[in-house]
Amino acid sequence: MVSLLKRLKLWYNPYIGIIMEQTQNKRKLNKYLDLTWTFFKVGLFTFGGGLAMLPLITKETVEKHGWVDEDQMGDILAISESTPGPISINAATFIGYKVGKLLGAACATLGLVLPSLIIIILLSLVIDWFLGLEYVAYAFMGIRCAVAILIFNAAIKIYKKIQKRYLTYILLLIGLAITILVPQISSIYVLLFGGLVGGLEFIIATSIAKKKEKKKTEEENKEDQS
Amino acid sequence: MKELLLVFWTFFKIGLFTIGGGYAMIPMIESEVMNRGWISEAELANFLAISESTPGPFAINVATFIGFRQFGVLGSLVATLGMVLPSFIIIIIIFKIYEKVIGSKTVKAVLNGIKAVVIGLILAVVANLAVNELFVFDGDTFVSVRWASVVISVILVALMLIFKKKMHPILLILISAVLGILAYGVVPLIFS
Repeated sequence: MVSLLKRLKLWYNPYIGIIMEQTQNKRKLNKYLDLTWTFFKVGLFTFGGGLAMLPLITKETVEKHGWVDEDQMGDILAISESTPGPISINAATFIGYKVGKLLGAACATLGLVLPSLIIIILLSLVIDWFLGLEYVAYAFMGIRCAVAILIFNAAIKIYKKIQKRYLTYILLLIGLAITILVPQISSIYVLLFGGLVGGLEFIIATSIAKKKEKKKTEEENKEDQS
Repeated sequence: MKELLLVFWTFFKIGLFTIGGGYAMIPMIESEVMNRGWISEAELANFLAISESTPGPFAINVATFIGFRQFGVLGSLVATLGMVLPSFIIIIIIFKIYEKVIGSKTVKAVLNGIKAVVIGLILAVVANLAVNELFVFDGDTFVSVRWASVVISVILVALMLIFKKKMHPILLILISAVLGILAYGVVPLIFS
C-alpha cells in the first residue's frame, strides 16, 4: 500500500519522486555509518559484553534494520560463542560483513569498540587518584571479593554448556593443576594442549568405532556365508 | 616501538585464545601480562571490577585499561586492535564456510577440549585471587587471615545463591563496595 502511494506520488509529482530516490541512495551510501552508529549504541548501553549484548544486538539488527533474520541470529550466536575472540566482537564482525563486506565488518567492530575506548581512556586518566582515595580503597577491598565470585560464576557458565565426559574432567583438572603448580607455563599452551587432546580423542574414538563396525559386518557376512 | 609491538602481539595472542566469552581471557592475562610485570594481581582485580561496571565488551575494556597503563592512549588503541584482529580475521574466514565448520564434529571436539581446560584455568585464577584477598602474606610467608574479606565473601556468595540470576553483576559489585567500606572503613572507626 505504501509503495503504491509512493508510486502514485511519483506519477503525479515527479519532483517528489526525484527527492525520494535521492534519499534512498543516501541511505545506501550511509550503510556503513548506520552500522557504526548501531553498534556504537550497543557498545554504549550494555554492560559486561558477551551474552548481555545479544538482546540489544537482536533488537537493532533484526527488528530495526532487518540486516539478519531470527534464524540467522541463532547461527551467529553459535558461531560467536564457539570461535576465538570476545563474543560481542565476533557477532558484530559477522553482521557487519554480511551487510557490507570488509568495510562493513570494520565499521561494526569500530562502533562496538569506540565507547569502551573513550570511556576507559578517560577513566584511566583519573583511576590512580580515584583508587588512592581512602574510602574508595576500602570499597575495592570488598569489590575484589565480588570479582572472584563473578569469575567463578563464569567458569560455572562454561561448565553448564559443554559436554560432560570423563575427558572433560581430566582436562579441567590438568588445566587447574598446571596453572597452580607451574605458573611459568603460559596458559596458551595449556589451551592448545586441551584442544589437541579433545580433537585427537574424538578422531581415535570414531576410527575405533568404525573398525568395530567393519568387523561386525564382516562377521555377519561370514555367518551368512556359512 | 618494540615494546608497542609486544603489547600488540600479546593481546593478539590473548584474542586468539579467548574462547567461551570474555572471562576466558583472564588466565591468559595472568600468564602473559602479569608475568611481564605490566600489572599486579590487585590491579588486575580492580580493572576487572571497573570493566564489569562500565559499558562495552568486557574484554575490550580490560585490554584498553592495560594498554593505557603501558603506553597511554596509543597503548590502549594498540591493545584493543590486537584483541579485535583475531576475531575479525577468523569470522570473515568462517563467514564463507561456517556451515561446514559449525557442523564438524572434530571442530566441536577440539572446542570442547579447550573449554574444559578454560574452566580449570579460570578456577585457578579464582583460587589465586581468593588466596590473595582472604589471607595476608609477607613475601611467601603466611601472616594472618583477613576476616573482614572472609565475611564479605560469605555474604556475597549467600546473596548469589539466594537471588541467582536476578543478581546482576553490577548490583553485586555495588553491594560489595558498600560492604568493603563498612568492614574496612566504618567498623574499625567504631571500635577504635
